[in-house]
Amino acid sequence: MSEENAARPLPVVPYLKLPEDGDPYIEGQKCSECSAIYLGERGGCSKCGARGTLQATKLSNRGKLHVFSIVHRSFPGIEVPYVSAIVDLDGGGTVKGNLINIEPDPEKIQFGMPVEVVYADALGRKDKDGNSYISYFFQPAS
Amino acid sequence: MTDAYVVGIDMIKFGRFPDRTVPEIGSEAALLALADCGLKIQDMEALYCGNLGQANAMVGQRILQEIGQTGIPVVNCANACATGATAFREGWMSIKAGVYDTVLCVGVEQMGKGLLGGAGGGSGIPKEGLLGSGTMPAVFAEAGQEHASKYGTTFEQFAKVSVKNHHHSTLNPKAMYQIETPLETVMNAEMIAYPNTKLMCSVNVDGSAAAVLCSEKKVRELGLMGRAVKVSASVMTSDPWQERDLVMPDVNSCTRQAAAKAFEMAGVGASDVDLVELHDCFATAEILHYENLSLCGEGEAGHMIDSGDSALGGRCPVNVSGGLLSKGHPLGATGIANIYEVSTHLRGEAGKRQVEGAKVGMTHVIGLGSACAIHVLEKVS
Repeated sequence: MSEENAARPLPVVPYLKLPEDGDPYIEGQKCSECSAIYLGERGGCSKCGARGTLQATKLSNRGKLHVFSIVHRSFPGIEVPYVSAIVDLDGGGTVKGNLINIEPDPEKIQFGMPVEVVYADALGRKDKDGNSYISYFFQPAS
Repeated sequence: MTDAYVVGIDMIKFGRFPDRTVPEIGSEAALLALADCGLKIQDMEALYCGNLGQANAMVGQRILQEIGQTGIPVVNCANACATGATAFREGWMSIKAGVYDTVLCVGVEQMGKGLLGGAGGGSGIPKEGLLGSGTMPAVFAEAGQEHASKYGTTFEQFAKVSVKNHHHSTLNPKAMYQIETPLETVMNAEMIAYPNTKLMCSVNVDGSAAAVLCSEKKVRELGLMGRAVKVSASVMTSDPWQERDLVMPDVNSCTRQAAAKAFEMAGVGASDVDLVELHDCFATAEILHYENLSLCGEGEAGHMIDSGDSALGGRCPVNVSGGLLSKGHPLGATGIANIYEVSTHLRGEAGKRQVEGAKVGMTHVIGLGSACAIHVLEKVS
């Protein structure tokens, strides 16, 4: 494989930013009219209907676990179990992802528990061109 | 504005019919509904057809090819799990608007087995199991977990919904299953997405249901008022903006808004409702909708299932058909099938599962994305 093809890993979703000279982060789009926060770029604000008011904003790497489910049956080829988690980030924005570094046991996971966002390889998944990806995950806050 | 009435309504026994076509399955219910009121396809002025799986394949017209190509207008609807109810409501609107006096509404689906949903898609790599889960059991597990977080609702309480609905379906010969599932069986079934076990997930089945709607003038003219059921409210909503929308579909707000409008339109209150068929796509969802539909107070849904209030014989029986959990959930047919169930009780024809003295009933479906449809039906005294 040539140097050119050994490309940097790609972000799993467009709103995960991987700056060349800084730490990864999740980017929100915040409405300057009503302060609603979205993931991903969009034309207008679906809360207040304003157009052209969305501005990129760096979201926090810390938040609280809103809810979770422990998934034991998924599509073929998807390793189970995993914890599907919905996290409210401090300062705004709600993100869904896997909660890792915790036992997949409902007794061990508390609603509202503080979590932090971590960035790592996307479980070894590669696209058809062989590209690697970086994803975000949640883990109990240290 | 005229009132609209259901004069003929029926459903097929839900099951798995891989060797039949969608129009064949739909035609069977259409003919049953016509037979129920003694009318013919030649009497119908329009057909409203709900089907999701073949939404681009003119299912309504293909049904007419099976039962009579009379040249009437056909509207094909797709609206996720609210598809059947949307078709019914389109028919209702045409009667209310005075455009037609007699219309046919059909909902039909052929499902196959397996998980629905899935996170992400598009380019790159699969997101399922990487960015959480987009499978329906997990999405509705998370919705239910909000209730658990707020009110301490337990796995056992969610499981009791499934015990109840499976019990109800033992009294419904048209349900997919007629099998009792005790609490231990439900809780010990394969865990799909905590807290939803396999027996707490609706059954993917094939099925169809159909209704004939008439204006008041036409019902009288045909002499069909005796078994007619009045549609006293038909309401649809979409999901209003919520801050977690992007990652967590909200089935609550759209249901609450629709219920409030439906009670107002029908001029009844929740305490007047004698039975409800609501969207128990997962056991967790039924708990949410007790409160969303004002069948109990905020935070009281756990008590409602514990106390037996929502069981047959209770204060407000819910899903006496067996619900989506045991009767089955053929997406496009479900919305009309639950109108069939309530209508059958209002007519006093529900046999062993009859809710005694039922005068007012409510049906509710949610198509994730989201579309909520609520109908209030009343016995004609």
